[in-house]
Amino acid sequence: MLADRIEKANREAVERIFAGDPVLLDVRPAADVIAGLEDRVVLHAGPPIAWEAMCGPLRGAIAGAAVLEGWAKDLAEAERLAGSGALAFHPNHHFDAVGPMTGITTRTMPVMVFENRAFGNRAYITVNEGLGKVMRFGGNDEEVLARLRWIASDLGPAMGQAIRSLGGIPLKPIVAKGLAMGDEMHQRNVACTGLTVRAIAPALARTMGEAGKLATILEFVSGNDQFFLNIAMGMAKALMDPVRGIEGCSIVTAMSRNGTDFGVRVSATGDEWFTAPVEMPQGLYFPGFDEVDANPDIGDSTIVETVGLGGFAMAAAPAVAGFVGAGGAAEAIAHTRAMYEITAARNPAWTLPALEFAGTPTGIDIRKVVETGVAPTINTGIAHREAGVGQVGAGIVRAPLACFVGALESFAATVGAT
Amino acid sequence: MSGPVVFNRVRRSFYLDSVALMRLARELAGQAGVDEAALMIGSASNKQVLADAGLLADEGRSAGADDLVIALRAAGEETGRNALAYAEGLLERPQTGADEAGTWRPKTLASAAEALGDANLALISVPGEFAADEARKALKAGLHVMLFSDNVSLDDERALKAEARQRRRLLMGPDCGTAVIGGVPLGFANALPRGDVGIVSASGTGLQEVSCLIARGGCGISHAIGVGGRDLSDSVGGIMTLEAIGTLDSDPATRRIVLISKPPDAGVADAVFARVSQSRKPFTVCFLGLETVAAPPNVRFAPTLRAAAADVVGENLTPAPPDFDAAAPSDRGWIRGLFTGGSLCAEAQVVLKAAGVPVVSNAPIPGVAASPAEGAPGHVLLDLGASEYTVGRPHPMIDPAQRNKALASAMGEREIAVVLLDVVIGYGAHEDPAGEIAATLAAPADGPPTVVASVCGTADDPQGYDHQVQILEDAGVIVARSNAEAAEIALRLATG
Repeated sequence: MLADRIEKANREAVERIFAGDPVLLDVRPAADVIAGLEDRVVLHAGPPIAWEAMCGPLRGAIAGAAVLEGWAKDLAEAERLAGSGALAFHPNHHFDAVGPMTGITTRTMPVMVFENRAFGNRAYITVNEGLGKVMRFGGNDEEVLARLRWIASDLGPAMGQAIRSLGGIPLKPIVAKGLAMGDEMHQRNVACTGLTVRAIAPALARTMGEAGKLATILEFVSGNDQFFLNIAMGMAKALMDPVRGIEGCSIVTAMSRNGTDFGVRVSATGDEWFTAPVEMPQGLYFPGFDEVDANPDIGDSTIVETVGLGGFAMAAAPAVAGFVGAGGAAEAIAHTRAMYEITAARNPAWTLPALEFAGTPTGIDIRKVVETGVAPTINTGIAHREAGVGQVGAGIVRAPLACFVGALESFAATVGAT
Repeated sequence: MSGPVVFNRVRRSFYLDSVALMRLARELAGQAGVDEAALMIGSASNKQVLADAGLLADEGRSAGADDLVIALRAAGEETGRNALAYAEGLLERPQTGADEAGTWRPKTLASAAEALGDANLALISVPGEFAADEARKALKAGLHVMLFSDNVSLDDERALKAEARQRRRLLMGPDCGTAVIGGVPLGFANALPRGDVGIVSASGTGLQEVSCLIARGGCGISHAIGVGGRDLSDSVGGIMTLEAIGTLDSDPATRRIVLISKPPDAGVADAVFARVSQSRKPFTVCFLGLETVAAPPNVRFAPTLRAAAADVVGENLTPAPPDFDAAAPSDRGWIRGLFTGGSLCAEAQVVLKAAGVPVVSNAPIPGVAASPAEGAPGHVLLDLGASEYTVGRPHPMIDPAQRNKALASAMGEREIAVVLLDVVIGYGAHEDPAGEIAATLAAPADGPPTVVASVCGTADDPQGYDHQVQILEDAGVIVARSNAEAAEIALRLATG
């Protein structure tokens, strides 16, 4: 029977997620480790998109990256170059990678290398640039580029060396502890960032010669409460990729946004993207900004919701529920409870103290999303709609239901349902 | 007065989550005279954000990463100082917890069952086209099912009941409006004492009338199992009636069993009696519309719902029958029955038919003529809950508007001598059906007919049996102790 076949396939999917053993293995220049990341290739967040359809922050970040890579001498030339067809744009997801917000990845950027030791697959993501005006929010001025150059010259190599000396850092235990300490791994990464610093600091001290540079690196990482976000994303990508391509499996393997479209991939339908226009996040804004400044939803960071963290683990981080609604702990719990309605299982390795240590909701089943009309809850940052400004707020957004309806129709055809 | 002024205040060694601070800032910015406001921890990056927004003054610049900066731009000195004081007040304001129960409701059977942990029954009330799927899910999850939904196909009903039988679960319905399981009323049902009488019923108001008469007669109910109106038809074959009889037969708390249905198809009746004859418990059977039937020795047959209840508790209902003057000549004429309960309408037809008077109904029992609508001459008993009255409208047991209209109209018809009503109370029913009737009767009418009614309910129902009776009597209604008795009184008033 078809329903039994799907159940069996979905069980296989969550067992693969639970069996995963993601480890932060190394930090290397992207071109050295991401196969096919050629010169003048720009990887971006979300499903495929043409330059003409891109939002302001995505264009701004691409222009900044073109200057950073030396493809253009200034931002104006970079925009012309990008619009001329001289650059190739591809989703990070097509290269085993993910990226936050605009998610730009180019050759010289250091990327963290993750290995899922249970399955042998790898995933890649750039190092988090910090808060304020940064490329992931479309920032592209000299300050932004200078920081990226420092990450490439100093931070990346030092981190890589320290992590290699440790033989890799297992990530599931860090996330498990972080959930108990108030992180949900999308809006809240304070605890996990601290735990990561704790894990890596002695190795950094041992492998770096110069105390001054060590201090600068520790200051940079410690001063960025969202440093762990990129680690959580790379880990989630490494956990979800083994779930791709299971016959009869209705579990979502990736959710991602490019600022114009929201895209969903489902196990049984392989690499096909099911897209719908992205929605506007509801949230709170930094001083001087409001809704009219906001860019629509963007970023590959929804990979953390795909693996059952972020909005799905809201019960771990009650404050985050305050971006919408009354902000009570009860509301945070209600968000997570709603996600149990659309998922296949609870993760025994990641538990939520506020829910009597119930596991995080794992394995988004497109059938349940369409049946209940409950769209995945996503916690997100909000970028300014114009290139170069940066982050203006943060909030909560729903995945568009239309993606899941489209996915379900295609899934039904794939499994031969009438 | 100069232009807007920037105010900063720093709280040293103070931390609050940034989302909480952003919420407070939004509230502060909503104060009259405040252009812009921010509450931020004084980290370097946050101070940059404040500076970019033109909100950073000298005091704010002095804040460190363990301090809170309250920053705002206001129309003037006094407004600004007041706003700062207001912000300090916001920080001191005690937080009240939200009620979790109010924020989450399960969306699916699966999550509801999981949240409850030990639930063993699902009540399903969704549009008919989705009902069978939900019932299947519930059975698969090991739950008994009360299927309140109607418009479920016969094929689905047969398949669901066969699956339920195989899983040893009850599938009550479809279109099952009433059940009382383990003392818990489901759908339209009444507050009944627990006792040793089990009921199996293919009729909702039939179950309500019998169970309430038994309760008012001093006995109690173990379980009252609804099976859906089509269960005893050839096409369903009495699957669930047989299962329910088996359940009650093996239930040690049930010592006698009442079976209620409209007349079953012959083959199905044989199968039911074959099962009944295997039981050592006494049975009372009411096939409303049949006067008698050949049955095994442990079965006593009751022609009416009242007779079924009396077979269990005797005739000791309420203390005395109502007073009325049956000799008033002006009362001669037609009876107009306006029922909200289908089986109560059927029982009234049984009474009139047994008396040999001609009667028509839109929901006729065997031997009664079908009437197209109200307004026809003769004794007319109408089931206002029948589909022709309820398409696109709530059932008259929930919303009395339809019956109020029919009652007001009947009160003005000269040929009508007696209006006969049922008043169904209990869970699910209207909060004050007697009050609705009283309000309708309050309108002045020229030589109105006499109104006779009965209340189907118990003292413990939310509306209160005695209270409803009082309202009716105060409105000049003759209140009988049972629906059958109401029909008998109406008959005597109308025909002498």
